[in-house]
Order: sequence, then C-alpha cells, then structure tokens
Amino acid sequence: MKITLAHGSGGTSTGELIEQVFAKAYANPVLSRMEDSAVIPGASRIALTTDSFVVSPAFFPGGDLGRLAICGTVNDLLVSGAEPKYLTAGFILETGADTEDLEKIARSMAETAEEAGVMIVAGDTKVVEGKGEIFVNTAGVGFVAEGVDWRGPNCRPGDVIIVSGNLGDHHAAILSRRMGIENDILSDCAPLTDMVGALHRGGVAVRAARDVTRGGLATVLNELAAASGTRFLLEETLLPAAPAVRGLCGLLGLDPLYMGNEGKLAVVVAPEDAEKTVELLRASRYGENACRIGVVEAAEEPGVLLITELGGQRVIGPLFGEGLPRIC
Amino acid sequence: MTDVKRLTAFLREYDGPEAVLMEVCGTHTAAISENGIPALLSPKIRLVSGPGCPVCVTVAAYIDRLTELAMEPNTCVVTFGDLMRVRGSSRSLRDAEAAGGRAQMVYSPLDILSLAEKEPETTFVFAAVGFETTTPVYALLLDTLIAKDIRNVKLLTALKTMPAAIDWICEQRGGVTGFIAPGHVSVITGSDIYKPLAEKWSLPFSVAGFSGPELLYAICRLILDRGKGVVTNCYPSAVTAGGNETARARVDKYFRPCAAAWRGIGVLEDSGMELRDEYLRFDAGSRGLVTDKLAVPGCCCGKVIVGSMSPTGCPLFGKACTPQTPQGACMVSLEGSCYNYFINKRS
Repeated sequence: MKITLAHGSGGTSTGELIEQVFAKAYANPVLSRMEDSAVIPGASRIALTTDSFVVSPAFFPGGDLGRLAICGTVNDLLVSGAEPKYLTAGFILETGADTEDLEKIARSMAETAEEAGVMIVAGDTKVVEGKGEIFVNTAGVGFVAEGVDWRGPNCRPGDVIIVSGNLGDHHAAILSRRMGIENDILSDCAPLTDMVGALHRGGVAVRAARDVTRGGLATVLNELAAASGTRFLLEETLLPAAPAVRGLCGLLGLDPLYMGNEGKLAVVVAPEDAEKTVELLRASRYGENACRIGVVEAAEEPGVLLITELGGQRVIGPLFGEGLPRIC
Repeated sequence: MTDVKRLTAFLREYDGPEAVLMEVCGTHTAAISENGIPALLSPKIRLVSGPGCPVCVTVAAYIDRLTELAMEPNTCVVTFGDLMRVRGSSRSLRDAEAAGGRAQMVYSPLDILSLAEKEPETTFVFAAVGFETTTPVYALLLDTLIAKDIRNVKLLTALKTMPAAIDWICEQRGGVTGFIAPGHVSVITGSDIYKPLAEKWSLPFSVAGFSGPELLYAICRLILDRGKGVVTNCYPSAVTAGGNETARARVDKYFRPCAAAWRGIGVLEDSGMELRDEYLRFDAGSRGLVTDKLAVPGCCCGKVIVGSMSPTGCPLFGKACTPQTPQGACMVSLEGSCYNYFINKRS
C-alpha cells in the first residue's frame, strides 16, 4: 500500500492507517482504547497524547501553526478529563524556512501555552531538505483527578449531546485563505481550558467529550456512537454554524458537519445536567454559542441519524476519503 | 412552512399507481439524501438516480488516458477531486500519483492558469469532464489561454450533453414515470430543451432547484402530471425557458457536438462536445476514447447509472465496494448514487 493524501484526512482512511500500521506496531492496552489521550496510572492518573501539525499556510486568519500546535494537544488532554500540565515540542524544519516565521510561531506557542496553563518542558529540532515549510509536533501530559472517567463507551440512552459553538470555522478559514476567497471567517483555534474547567468545577456528569477537529462533528460523534453501541439522534435545525461558513459551504458543496474546528467541544452529559452544561459553557471563554444538538438513543445498529429541516431522516456517516486538504 | 407541510402530507399519503421518478442530476441525488427526502415519501413513490454525475459516466479509456498523461515526464494532470480516485481499466490518478506520476486537485479550471504560469516547462492537462453547465467554464479558460498566449495547458475532454442520454433511458426502460430535470444544466440550456422529449415519450419533466422544499414541489408536480408530456419549471429563480445564450455561444465557438461514450450506455450520437478542429492544439488526445473495460468484474455501475438497478442491488455494494474501496465510479463521486446510498444507508 502506498501512502496517499487520504491517509492524512482524519477520516476512515486515517483510521485504517493507524489501525494497520501504528496500532499494530505499538499495540498495548492503553493505546488500543484509541481515546484522544492515553490515560495511564502513575503517581496519580496521567493522560498522555501527541499530535503533529503541518498546516499550510502556517499563518491564517484567527491563528497560526504555533497556536494550533498547543491547542491541538492541550484540547486532546482536556477532553480526556485531564488537567494539561506539560508539553514537549518537536520541530521539523525544511531548508529555506524563515527564522522570523519560526520566531513568530515559537512566540505564539508560548502565549497560547500560558493561556492554557501548560509548560513546554522538552523539545527537539530537525532540519530536512525541502521547500521552507515548518512542521511541529507536540506531546502533552495531564493529570486526571480521582473519579473522572470521560470515555466514549460511557454514553448511554437518554444522554444529551452538546456542542460549544459554531461548526467548521477553522476549516472554512483555512480553505478561504488557500483559495483566495475574501471573507471575515476566522479560525476558532483556541484552548478549551476554561470551558472544560467550568464543567469540572460545576460537577457536571460528563460521559464523554471530544474536540471537534479533522473529520468534523460527524466523524467525532460516529466514534462515540460506535464506542458506546448507541445511536446519536441530531436535529439539523439545532446545529450551529456561522452564516458566512454556511455560505462558503454552499458555494463549494461542503457540509459543516464534516468541517474541522480547532476550538470546539462536543460533550455528552447526563440528561439532568444538560441545561447546566449549556449555561456553564456559554459563560466560559469561547463558549458563547454552546447549544444542545441531540440525544443518545438505544439502537440495534450504532450510528448517527439526523432529522433534517424538512422532517426527513439522514444517516450521518464518518468522513470517507480525504475530504479536504490538510488543515492542522 | 405550511406549504412544506402540505407537500410532505401529500407525498406521504400518496396511494395512487407506483411513481418511479428519476433524478437525472448527481447534485439532486446528493440533495435528496441530504434533505432526508426518501423517508418522507409514500412507499408508492420510488426515486431512482440517473446518469447525471459527470464522473460516473466517464468511460475507462478516458481514465486510462489520464493516468498515462500523469506518468509522462514534465506533465501534470489537473482535476476536480472526485476524479482522482476513479479507476480505469487498471488504476486511478491517485494510484498513478503514488507510483511517481503527477496529478493535482483544483476547485476551478481557471486555477490551472497560475500553475501554468509558474512552471512554463510543464504541460498541464485539465481533465475536462462535465455537462452543459461546466463546458462554458472550459470555453472561458480557452479564451484566457489564447489572450495570454499560454501554450502549456491542454484539455482532455469528456464533455456530455443530457438530452440524448435521457432519450436513451426512455427508450430502454419504460418504467420511469417522470424526470426531475437537472437544475444547473437547465440554467444554461433552458427548460424548453426537454419539451421534445416530454412530448415524444408523454412523460412529465420538472426542472428542480436544490433545496428541500424545491425538490418536494418538483416531485409533487411529477405525480400530478403523470402521463402528460409537459415540462414544468419549478426553479424559475435560476432557470428560464431559453437558458443562457451567451454561455452557449461561447461554447459553440470552441466546441462542436459529437458522439460520446457513456459508461454503462455505450456510444450515443450527438451526446457530447469536442474541441473544434481549429482548436485541436489544446487537445490532449480526447478523441476515440470509447472503450469501457473495467478493472472489476461484477461492478454494476453501468446499470446503476441508467436507473435499471438500485445501488443496493449490486453484489459488490457495501461489501467489496465502499467509499473506502470504491470499485466503480458511482461509489467514488460525492454525487454518485452508490456513494450517496452507502453513506446515507438508503435502500
């Protein structure tokens, strides 16, 4: 098998590659849970995750590669129920890369790390021949408090599905920039620290959480439905998206359900805590558009079903193929 | 909303003779799935997908020529995304790319201009597939190539026109009781283009838009007009009776009607467009690409495209053939009926 762009899409091809190459090579009970972070025993419980960032262009409306590299890893830790603590940063620099750009990226990483309350404690740099691009890998460690257990299999019928804001902003911003389309769309690239902290402090019964990144909400919710053997029933009229993003999607034949964000939380909570969750998220930084989008149901066949605006039904599968160019 | 409620009530409760309605256009196939329309219809109303996905109707010989070009030195094939994954008699553009060939995805044919300017020593070949809607954009591209004297861009054309294919379906099948006529194509052709077909076969045509209510209205019309050779323009905000004459004149300058090969149908007279002889310097070898030997035995794309088999009737559907491992073009394209049936679990 040859590597093609589809293997970097975040959709099912990526899943297959992970399963066939990495999961096989590194197989261990922790990795095989395939959560966004590995939650492992230690002095206390530790969450560990890593992510690489290859977005092009490196500077885009609403963010840059550096901010993304911190948010991506911090958010993976947060949605595992952990409090992010330490990060490592590895740089792969192509020859011809601009040191001014590198400084901007490093500065942006430092600022975002401060905002997210994490320390970058280790790093590495390599240079390869190329066209001047910059790639970053970050790995992160977080601590999971006693009694916190946010995992896909915990979702159960009756639970309520909530997202923290508009879908597709990051993806739409990157795409607009690449295609030279002028609009006001900004990437939503941000740490979910304040929102997740509010859920912990508010004592919300969170079953599972995900940050909505590549593959979009559709892919994330399919993972949770499959992990818990349930059906996620969504209402189209409740799905939040900015008018400018909807417009861009309409123009290009895209669907906000499959567009990536970099600062949005999808969270499944106990029904009695749904209202409180929406209030807490709305009062948090970056969560002002949080809303309830659907419920979890018992079903023979797990999956995601959308009740359309017309009242029809549409099965929402995970992202197939490569979707769109890489965005993180 | 009241209107939508009345439409949905009518369609849900319909209990007349079975209506078999063909949506000719791939974008309609996708819009029908996106709006969840099949779940709203009475079991007496069946929607079947027609040959309106440009990628799906492209024959293997065309894909083979594209992959050949991608492997040539100093050559880059430029295409819309869907076409990258369609296999010809042995491989797809993606496969050719992984084997060292060069292919690039773009969102507009005009993107090829900046590529060509940056690399004057490379020949960029645009995979010019499409229907009446897309052909004017290729004409615009040719305008620019000539005006700017850009010589390293060529087209490999597989351009189709709709009426002959609809006529063929009417002749072959007889089961279809009405056509949801394509919205985008009709913007260029005008709704009157379906009149001769409607009259010849005594079948109703509804030119439809792409929103849920627009599609529901078009479906209602076809049920009410059963057996009548009439054309109703249900998309008057974009479609006129005469269409866009300026666009057609631009197309006519560079292209002429020709016989074209359709996957699953064969060669149909007067169902395509090719570059006129005086512009053949822009052609990358499009003529004569008619054979359709598929790599995969058992693939029923040909039958699915003309509506004589439901995607779920194909023995490969959902087994050997999924969007991850597409065996035929209908499972690759976002507008393909197999792709839409699979991802939306339509049956």
